[in-house]
Order: sequence, then structure tokens, then C-alpha cells
Amino acid sequence: MPERLMTTKLAIKEYRTLSQIKGPLIFVERVADVAYDEMVQIIDPDGKVRVGRVLEISGNMAVIQMFLGTEGLDISRTGVRFSGDVVRLKVSLSMLGRILNGMGEPIDGGPAIVPEKMEDINGSPINPAVRNEPKEFIQTGISTIDGLNSLARGQKLPIFSGSGLPGNELAAQIASQARVLTERKDSDEPFAVVFAAIGITHRESSFFIEHFRSSGALDRTIVFLNHADDPTIERIMTPRAALTTAEYLAFTHNLHVLVILTDMTNYCEALRELSVAREELPGRRGYPGYMYSDLASLYERAGRIKGKQGSVTQLILLSMPDDDITHPIPDLTGYITEGQIVLGRILHQKGVFPPVDVLPSLSRLMKEAIGEGHTREDHQSVADQIYSFYAEGRELEKLVAIIGEASLTEQDQRILNFSKNFEQRFVNQGNENRSIEQTLNLAWELLSEFPKESLKRIPEILIEKYYKGKQA
Amino acid sequence: MQAVLRPIWKVMEMEAINKETSKINRISGPVVGVSGLEGIRLHDMVLVGEAKLVGEVIRMAGQQATVQVYEETSGLKIGEPITGTGHPLIAHLGPGLMGQIFDGLQRPLNKLADIEGDFLQKGVTEDSLPQDKKWKFTALVKEGDLVKPGNLLGEIPETQSIIHKIMVPFPMNGRVVEVHEGELTLTQSVVVLEDERGKTFGVNMEHVWPVRNPRPYKRRLDLAEPLVTGKRVIDTFFPIPKGGSAIIPGGFGTGKTVIQQSLARWADVDVVVYVGCGERGNEMAEVLMQLPELEDRVKGIPLINRTVLIANTSNMPVAAREASIYLGITIAEYYRDMGYDVLMLADSTSRWGEALREVSGRLEEIPGEEGYPAYLSSRLAEFYERAGHVDCLGNGGEKLYAGHREGSVSLVGAVSPPGGDFSDPITQSSMRIAGVFWALDYELSRKRHFPAINWIKSFSLIDLSRWFGDTVEDDFPQLIQEAKALLGKENELLQVVQLIGQDALSDMEREILAISKLLREDFLQQSSIQDVDTYCSLEKSYWMLKVILTYHQRAQSALGMGIDLSEITSQSVLQRIARMKEIPLEKSAAELKRLVGKINDAFDGLISNWEAENA
Repeated sequence: MPERLMTTKLAIKEYRTLSQIKGPLIFVERVADVAYDEMVQIIDPDGKVRVGRVLEISGNMAVIQMFLGTEGLDISRTGVRFSGDVVRLKVSLSMLGRILNGMGEPIDGGPAIVPEKMEDINGSPINPAVRNEPKEFIQTGISTIDGLNSLARGQKLPIFSGSGLPGNELAAQIASQARVLTERKDSDEPFAVVFAAIGITHRESSFFIEHFRSSGALDRTIVFLNHADDPTIERIMTPRAALTTAEYLAFTHNLHVLVILTDMTNYCEALRELSVAREELPGRRGYPGYMYSDLASLYERAGRIKGKQGSVTQLILLSMPDDDITHPIPDLTGYITEGQIVLGRILHQKGVFPPVDVLPSLSRLMKEAIGEGHTREDHQSVADQIYSFYAEGRELEKLVAIIGEASLTEQDQRILNFSKNFEQRFVNQGNENRSIEQTLNLAWELLSEFPKESLKRIPEILIEKYYKGKQA
Repeated sequence: MQAVLRPIWKVMEMEAINKETSKINRISGPVVGVSGLEGIRLHDMVLVGEAKLVGEVIRMAGQQATVQVYEETSGLKIGEPITGTGHPLIAHLGPGLMGQIFDGLQRPLNKLADIEGDFLQKGVTEDSLPQDKKWKFTALVKEGDLVKPGNLLGEIPETQSIIHKIMVPFPMNGRVVEVHEGELTLTQSVVVLEDERGKTFGVNMEHVWPVRNPRPYKRRLDLAEPLVTGKRVIDTFFPIPKGGSAIIPGGFGTGKTVIQQSLARWADVDVVVYVGCGERGNEMAEVLMQLPELEDRVKGIPLINRTVLIANTSNMPVAAREASIYLGITIAEYYRDMGYDVLMLADSTSRWGEALREVSGRLEEIPGEEGYPAYLSSRLAEFYERAGHVDCLGNGGEKLYAGHREGSVSLVGAVSPPGGDFSDPITQSSMRIAGVFWALDYELSRKRHFPAINWIKSFSLIDLSRWFGDTVEDDFPQLIQEAKALLGKENELLQVVQLIGQDALSDMEREILAISKLLREDFLQQSSIQDVDTYCSLEKSYWMLKVILTYHQRAQSALGMGIDLSEITSQSVLQRIARMKEIPLEKSAAELKRLVGKINDAFDGLISNWEAENA
């Protein structure tokens, strides 16, 4: 952002020319010298200050979006001050260990944040030419992720959950187990967690905070809390505040930052509410047509930069309404993020934890982050082979349900057994923290139930090296 | 005319003073209103605000003009000035494009990083092409030659793999009066021309072209030669011709980007223009870091030497997505005019369509289908029709500078339909225009069958079987037909199996299921990761098909004689078929030919045993 915007106006003029209040929007008339996207202070009739930003200017009328609701405002006594600057967030290294509200103000009873810098909450796009390719493998301790859909530093990976599915539990587990395998194997590189709770319940937020506390991670965590009963419109701010902080910690203080955004479905609903108030043409299911660009402006704030130590990795949680993966929220998210982890209701009902349905799951950055020098030489082909057998096994399950097991060939039977074992032993790991070695060894144990020659996806040299079966 | 022939930023500095200026009266996201700009034309480029953001006039009504701004508008105020530039949005064409990464407004991103740091700022201008770099110009004309638009004036070695040809810019012509050879910069004239009225023009190595206008050519030529991509399913089943256009629709995770990247690496073309339009930053980083390391298959030169990258990632300004697409195709046409085969990759055209929708919404236009503007399909058609195989302008004389030149632009656009549903307006409109359709499939990608191109839904309207027959092997087109028919038959049989199980099928039908599985897993599936299989030559594809279909024919006739299916499927030669992919290219023809022999031997053995037993 150009520095000229930082200079505050000398004499701030207060307008009392409101003409309309509509949902989260207010309309102010006869204004002059107002900038698009400028931060606005609104002084309500009780003298309290609220924050908003300029959404549209036409002639001498400005449309302002409020961040803290419009309850209690009136037309005649409400004052409006234009700040001459975009919305900025106070950022500081001392925010670590603090609990803040969705706007970045402390709510843990501690002292106010002493800012090291004021950062534009919308950030600026990273120049694609200075991005560094994410290829450092993050070990999450979860077999279905490490083995089959590996996460890399600087990646943005969503977890597609559904109501009643343990998406939050999985995210919390990843946050406490995740570490990067470096050449020294054990890394002590400085890291931090930025946790943004967007419209989640008090039960869910206390689960996370308790989890961070018991795993000793709370000191390295910054929590932004917007609860389900907080103003909807504040949800537009929460992920932006979290990501602005994360970028600051990563690229100024050289930390490896893991950002957890939960639940993005609530964010999208707030966006829809705002769009309806603006009387925009609705897109699919009433969500605004620009939702892709809007989500991208959040999700793209992940990555590594050449010559910088730190990185921003995003773990995004969202609930698929009615478990529908083609719903606009998971759909648009999937188009922006680098893969997705999908939770399955049937697995959950079978008591499998974490109930990761590996077939629709994917990590786009996996191939760069694994293999010799990162994890192990056989990693990719083992993953391919598992996918191939498991996909076939699921097809066979459907077939067996109709025509019975009698007509299956010997190989079909083996595949069917494999897919049961895979779900029960590989996917269903409970709270165990598995190293990538353990994950791959377990995979070979399952694959070695097959004769060598049916392992078509694995090169012969690797079969010779790792195969555990009895046959010669 | 002469003004347009100079670098644009310089034009602005010198002439902006004379241009009309008026004041902003409305701001809504990327759309800005202004009234009273005299003399402005539709699609003129304007400079918006104190920060001089680049914008384009997209609508005029009375005194009121509407401008879409290609940069972030936050901080812009009512009353700030808008200045016309007197020309439309243009591309800078000249040496220095290759190996570069630009944004949608053709600003060099590497240079911007030096100037403004790791994050993109707005309103920063920088020359698209390096102005101080010296290029070695060798003339092909001499004083006194009469030249026409498109004639070659000289050559510059631009990179290890590209000889950059300097052409007479359209519509100039005249007599050569001066020739300057040697080490020159873009600001110096290489040739001076004199027209019939005696007026002289200096021709520089750089010239500009309005991006929305297709570059002229002499005439279109037939599409008769395939663009070999190294992907078996594409090259054999659904080939794209040089100069053709293809679309790749698919839901997320079905591998659009992987196919595009693989085309950027292995496609048999001279120049690749890769446009990342509204997609991921990390993917651009991946392409950018890998291309200098990967080498051309034939010449062994790093691929970055033949590639131009244009990046407008999803978080960069929305309106600039449109600019990035037009910039890409203009650069592609420019290299086509030099006589090169160019491949333009656009990932993803849906993001451009969505940008059109967003701007249309802000203009309060009456929406067409799904909120997209009614002109969506005509815009897409104009874009895809810029692909083609042409006889280049200035070609067709005996003189050195008018020697024979054919060039092509092939266009591959990714489409991202919401929910993977192909009834989406962008997929449907693109499908009607593009001649080749590679339908990506969720089901296949979930089984990790990559490339996940569905062989039932995909098509290629261009018949290249003659070329395949003449160039590879006579029976290649026939084998391809046979393989496709088998997979069609498999599809029917599987529906039966779903209902009543395999028991209902005859042995011959079961063999079809087995051989189709082989075709799918050991022929159509191809890894983009494992080195040995990532590129497959046409010759190897031919022999792989030959092996599988020979096996199939022999199996069917053996079954016809009454030999048991289990004896046929237990032959050890099947293991070798399953490992065909691992055979290195240079040995493949010989080894696969031997494999055909082994299959014949195996069946001969089987039959003679059977005859002995049943004699």
C-alpha cells in the first residue's frame, strides 16, 4: 500500500448525513474526498466507536460496510469519520499466546497489544516470480495424509468435513503433531500457530483452546475468536486479521506459521449476507458471483518466498452442507486450494478415526515433497498402488452387495480383503502419532498380501527391496 | 501510426499532457465511472487516478464512460483524474519476451520484485522488454529492397532455441534506405524505410500491437499434422492438430493443470506461451522453477528458452485476467508470424469468464445464463478462433526476406466447471467452438487413473488418420479404431455385469473385459511423475497398441477353437505386457516387436498343445 495513505488527515471531519441503514450497510450523503476501501469510524448515539469500510462511492454518496453490526444506529445522531487510510491491524510478535476477538482486540483480560507495525488487513498479492516452490514434507502423524496426501510447507489444504464429523478433532491433532522432517530429522525450527475461529460454537472453541493448552502449544499460538453469537459481519474480518498476522510473523519474524481457519462455511454465509444487503445479483445458491475471487484473496495468502526463512501454511476447515462436495463452498475452495482432505460419513459410522475418505482426497503438492531425499524412494508408487487397489475394492464392495461374493475371482477376493484391512488398520489409527516410516511399512505389510506380479504400479527394484510376502 | 510504434510508457510520458483529462465520479470495485472525457473511444486505454492505474473503457453512454481497472482500486477517490492515452490496450512485441514472466499488463514480474519487493504494489510501471539490453541484429535486407508487411528484415538470436525474426510491422511498407547491423538496443532503429511519398520511418526491434485485434496473416491452411504431446491417450485417441484448439474441462483435482504443465514440457512445438489466469501462485512457482531445469527432448536445451509465462494468479486484480488471456494469444501470434509452431496454454478460461461476469454484474447488465453476460460465447469464440495454421504475412517471394513461412498457434484452454458439471455455460460455449474435447472425469481421478481423460465423452473432430497412416505405420489408424471400439464394448458389458454378474458373460466377452482392462491400465494410464513413462513417442504408442491387440486377436481365435479362457489368461507373457511402460523409448520398438513375436509363439504353443490333447 502506498505510504501516502498512512498519513492521517489533520482535521478529521465528522459527517452526520446518514440517509439509510440497511443490514450491515449504511449510506452517507454529501461526502467529499472519500477513498474506495477506506476505513471509517462510526460514532453511535451513545458515543461508542465502531469500524467499517467504504464499499462504493457514487458522486457524493458513500456506501459503508460495518464490521460490528448496525444495531442501535440511527439516522440523525450517528456520526461518520473517514480515516484516510485502509483498514489496518496492529501486529506484533508479542501477540503469541494471546486470545483476541475477530477484529484482533484482546479478550483474554491481558494488556493491549503494543503494535510493532500496522498492516493492511487485505494484504498484497505475493509476486508469483518470488514464490518458492513448496517442497518440504510436513509429517502430520496421520497415515492417510502423510502416506497418501502429503502436506508441504507453504501449502493450503482444506479439510472437507460435514456436520457431526470430527473435522475439528483432526485439525487439532494435526496442529499438535505436525513437524517438518529436515536432514537432522528432528527439527527445532521456530514455528507458530495462528488459529482463526469463524462463527464456531463456544464448545468448539474451548475444545481447541484446551487442546492447545494440554499439548503445550498455547504459548506459540494466537487465537482469533469469532463465536457463532458474535456479529456475522465481523466474520469477514476474522480470517483477514489472522492471515495478516501470519504473514507478518512469517516474513518479518521468520517463523513457520500454520494457520487454521475454521469454519469457512460460516465465512461464506456472512459474505452472502453482505451481498444480499448490497442487492447484488446472486450466483449459485445465492452466493455472490465474486466468491471465487474473494476466497482466493484469503487462500492465496499461503506460501514461501525466496530468500525468506518463514512460511505460511493453511489448514482450512469447512462443513459441506448436506455432505455435498459440489456445493459452491467446497467446490470453489477445491479450485483454489492445493488439494483437499475429505471426511466420509460411512467411515465415521464404522467407527474409523480419522474418517478420511482417501478416494476423493488429494494433495497437489505431494509429488514434489516426497520421495528420495524427502521421505522414501518408494513413497509415490506405494501410494499409487494403494489407491488403485482400494478404488477397485470399493467397486467390488458395490458389486458384492448386488450379486454376492460367489462369482469373485481369487484376485478380486484379495482386493476386497485388502480394502477392509486398509480401512481398519491404515485409516483407522485413532490418536496414534505415526512416523512416515511406520506409515510406509504398514502399507507394505498390507500390500504384501498380494503376489508380487500384481503390484503393477510399483517398479520391480522397489518390490525386491520392500516386499514382505512369503513368495520368492 | 508512428506513435504506436514506440514503447508505450514513453508514449504516455510525452503525450499524456495533450490528452483529455476528466474526473472520477463513481467507484465500485474494479469498475470506475467518469464523465466528460472528450474524444475517448471504446476499448481505449486510460490512466486512472494519481497512481496512474491502467484501465480500459468498456462502455459509453452519453457523457458517461465506464472504465474497468486492471489494478487494485483501493485508496482511489472521487475527483481524481482519468487521462486517455489515445490507444487501446497493447502488447509489446520484440526480443526479450522468451523466458520471462509477465503479469496481465505485461509488466515483468522479476523486475517488479527488484523494485517493489516481494508483494505486488499497484501503479508501478516498468518497461515490458529490457530497453538497455543489446541484441545482435543480422540483416536479411539490403538498401534498395522493397519490402511489404511481414517481410523479414533480419534476425536476432534471442535464446539458445529461438531465432527472433524482425518483420516489417503491419501496415508499413516501402524501400529500405538504411540498414544498421550489430549490437543494438530496442530504442535504436535497425532499418529505415521510405514510403512512396518519400516519408521515412525507423523500424525498431520492438513494436506494439493492440491485444484485442488478431494479427493478420495471408491465409489459413489445413490442419493436417498432429501436435505430438507425448501423452498416449491424447496422441492416439484424441489428437490435437497443429493450429487446432482443444479444451480440457474437469472438476477440481481431475488433473487439468498437470496436463497443461505436461504439454508445456513435452509438446512438439517451437514456442510455448503459458497463461496462468486466476489460478494458484504456487503452481506458477512450480512451472517457473522447473522449466530452467528441464531440457528439450530433441535439442537438450532448457525449456525456459522457448517459454513465455503470464501470471495473473487468483488473488491478483480480477479484470486483469481478461488482459492476460489477450496478451498471451497476441504474443503467440507474434511468434507464429515468424514461422514457428506455437502452443498457447490457458489455465483456466473459466476464471476469465467469471471476471466477465463480475464486471458485467457491476455494470448492471441483464444477465444471461447463470449470471454470465450474453456476450460470453461470442467472446470465447473470438478467442478460440485465433488459433490456426497459417501462411504468414510477407511470405511467398523468391527473395530471402520473403522466403516460405508457415506458422501455427495451437490453443489449449482449461475449463473449470462448477461441481464438475459440464452443462455449465463456459464449458458448453467452448465445446461448440473447440475442435478437440478432453473430458476429465472425477471417477477416473479418484481411481488415480491419470490422465483422467474419459474415452467415452471426449472427442477430436479433426481426422488425422491419413497422417498417422503415412508417417507412423499403415495400420495405425485401424488399431486406434479397434482399441476405441473395444473400450466401447467394455462399457456395454460392464453395465450387464453390474446387474447380473460376470457369470452371464461368454468366455469371449470376458476376454474383452480383460483386454480392455489391460488397455486402460497399461496403455491409457500414464504417469506424469515417473521419468521413463512421462513422454511416449508415437512409435512406442503404436507398438504398445500392436502388442495388446495382437494378444486380443489371438485370444479370440483361440477361444473360438474351444480353448479354455483360464489357459489363455494364465500365460506368463501377460506380465511382460503389464511392464511395457517401463521400456525406455529408444529400445521400445525393437523390444515390443519381439514381444509381438513372443505372443504369437505363446499362442502357437497353446494351440499345438490343445490340438495334441484333442486329436
